[in-house]
Amino acid sequence: MSAVLEVVNIGKAYRTYKRELHRVGSWFGWRVPPKTETWVLEDINFSVEAGEAVGIIGQNGAGKSTLLKIITGTLKPSTGHVNVQGKIAAILELGMGFHPDLSGRQNAFHAASLLGYTNEQIEAVIEQIKEFAEIGDYFDQPVRTYSSGMQMRVAFAVATAYRPEILIVDEALSVGDAYFQHKCFNLIREFQAKGTSLLFVSHDSASIQSLCNRAVLLHKGKLLKVGTPQSIIDLYNASLADPDLKNIRQDDSENSSGGTRSGTGEALIDRVLLLDDSQRPLDTCSTGQRVSLTVTIDVHEEIDELVCGFVIRDRAGNWIFGINSKDYGHDLDNLVPGQKLALSYDFDLNLGEGTYSISVALTRSHRSHVEKNYDWLDLAHVFKVVNVSKKHFAGLVWLDAQVSLTSASEGPNKTPEQITP
Amino acid sequence: MSNALRELWRTRHFIKSAIKNEFATRFARSRLGGLWMLIYPLAQIVIYAFILSAVMAARLPGIAGTYSYAIYLTAGILGWSLFTEVVSRSLSVFIDNGNLLKKMAFPRLALPVILAGSSLINNLLLLVVALVIFTLLDHFPGVSILWLPLLTILTLCLALALGLSLGIINVFLRDVGQVVPIILQFGFWLTPIVYVLQMIPEKFRFIIYMNPMTGIIQAYQSVMVFGVTPDLKLLIYPLVFTLVMAAIAAQLYRRAGDEMVDAL
Repeated sequence: MSAVLEVVNIGKAYRTYKRELHRVGSWFGWRVPPKTETWVLEDINFSVEAGEAVGIIGQNGAGKSTLLKIITGTLKPSTGHVNVQGKIAAILELGMGFHPDLSGRQNAFHAASLLGYTNEQIEAVIEQIKEFAEIGDYFDQPVRTYSSGMQMRVAFAVATAYRPEILIVDEALSVGDAYFQHKCFNLIREFQAKGTSLLFVSHDSASIQSLCNRAVLLHKGKLLKVGTPQSIIDLYNASLADPDLKNIRQDDSENSSGGTRSGTGEALIDRVLLLDDSQRPLDTCSTGQRVSLTVTIDVHEEIDELVCGFVIRDRAGNWIFGINSKDYGHDLDNLVPGQKLALSYDFDLNLGEGTYSISVALTRSHRSHVEKNYDWLDLAHVFKVVNVSKKHFAGLVWLDAQVSLTSASEGPNKTPEQITP
Repeated sequence: MSNALRELWRTRHFIKSAIKNEFATRFARSRLGGLWMLIYPLAQIVIYAFILSAVMAARLPGIAGTYSYAIYLTAGILGWSLFTEVVSRSLSVFIDNGNLLKKMAFPRLALPVILAGSSLINNLLLLVVALVIFTLLDHFPGVSILWLPLLTILTLCLALALGLSLGIINVFLRDVGQVVPIILQFGFWLTPIVYVLQMIPEKFRFIIYMNPMTGIIQAYQSVMVFGVTPDLKLLIYPLVFTLVMAAIAAQLYRRAGDEMVDAL
């Protein structure tokens, strides 16, 4: 496998001059130092292999769009260079440059010509574009009569009419309805299987986890980390609460769970244990088992208000269940240094087979960890669930469904039957 | 430079399609459609011909005949309208297409080529109309008209070199976009279009000659009004001016092109 995209030492600075005349002069050899130089990107290095999908995560203003523009070539970097093997298709601002008075077909021709295709090449795929967009006869109506979703459908169909070596997908996809989004993701996966690499920019951690092999985190113009989607998303969530990244640690050593830890440290999570009903620690549980999650907390400084919460996540990072002490009406107020607390949550572990992780958080507010975050620990505990006591079932949650059978002759309704895939 | 030309060749389909769409959309929902392209310059000629010829016709030396002033005017406006259209459209071409430049990677040079192409088509249509009118007035210019392609190319190059330089600077210094239309207004009256150069007192003529369009417009008039070979000496200054402007434009494009997207 070789890299289809290499980003080497990319940096981007915006310069302002005292007078714009100085800028004009600088093109003709007049050396005037710029008044200010703002570096919006510094020292970005990463590469993408053929067929790989890489997610780019970062807060607004972290430099994601600038980086994408440099990769697609609309912006010139101030330092470094980008090596690209093959064709890049970018689904950024979809439907850009569509003329409202031209039909979808005419606009499709025009947009494809902007991508560098000849009339004959476009002619060969125009019906395929029409079919993919699924807007029927509207395809030959002026674009001004389209809804924004329809416009996006045509634009996406054009942008993906030819399989590129590198596909860049932005939030743009969120415009479409659920049906079309699924269709888009299917096509993206199909491309990926044929060897297209994917650069995917999103705030939606679920789609990053389901599409990407790796992720990079941009923070204030710098590349903070390259890693697995899960670890990058955890780090990203931690960075939301702690923009200066002073109190975030990620343990990548072999024997650790690789969880992200962040927070200001007034109170710290000491231990997180999942115990069975005879207080034995559990690594493997069975569906429906009664368990108790015990969190011990060390208080290091005076705290007027503390909320302790946990969330169980599946392997893809989706939240299965989360709750905190405030939800139960427990007020952990006016804590003093040296105090040690132990909280236990008891529940029936009605989960399907698979591996799960538990994140634990100590915060000041029960609404969000962003306001004040004392300690946040991802992958605090990882456990496996096997189904030994319940019936075989599909999915993540055991709902204890009951089946009953009535004779078909008694009513017109068909007998409901339990479906076991 | 050959690199830029190769890139331009790759975008030829886009350029073709953009010019086609421009004409298609300009008249998409108007009744008269393409006719509007001709009505504007014709109105201009009619206004000047009717208002000014009554006042000035007697004082136009070297032109005889009832419709001679209208013919003289048409020749000048044919050249000037190409010049002014290209300059004023180049002036804002990068700003108008800012979004496209920021979002899509394609050779920026395609944009001025597109506008030059569509301006050229406009000018060609105007020429056809002018020739039809000339024929109706029994004044067909004759073989000297073969000089016209050369004059058109020179006008186009001058306007592009000037417009492109100003258009690039306009991205950073938006005042340029405001001041250039005013200068073009002055330029119209500093070019012998509605008057004849001989009417200007000798000691002020150098001002008119500093205008690079003067020589070109006089050549248009030689070819279309008087049916003679243009005085090639008059074209030396416009040609040198064009080459200097083209060198400046190329330097600006090379050095400022990358910074331009930052400022849009």
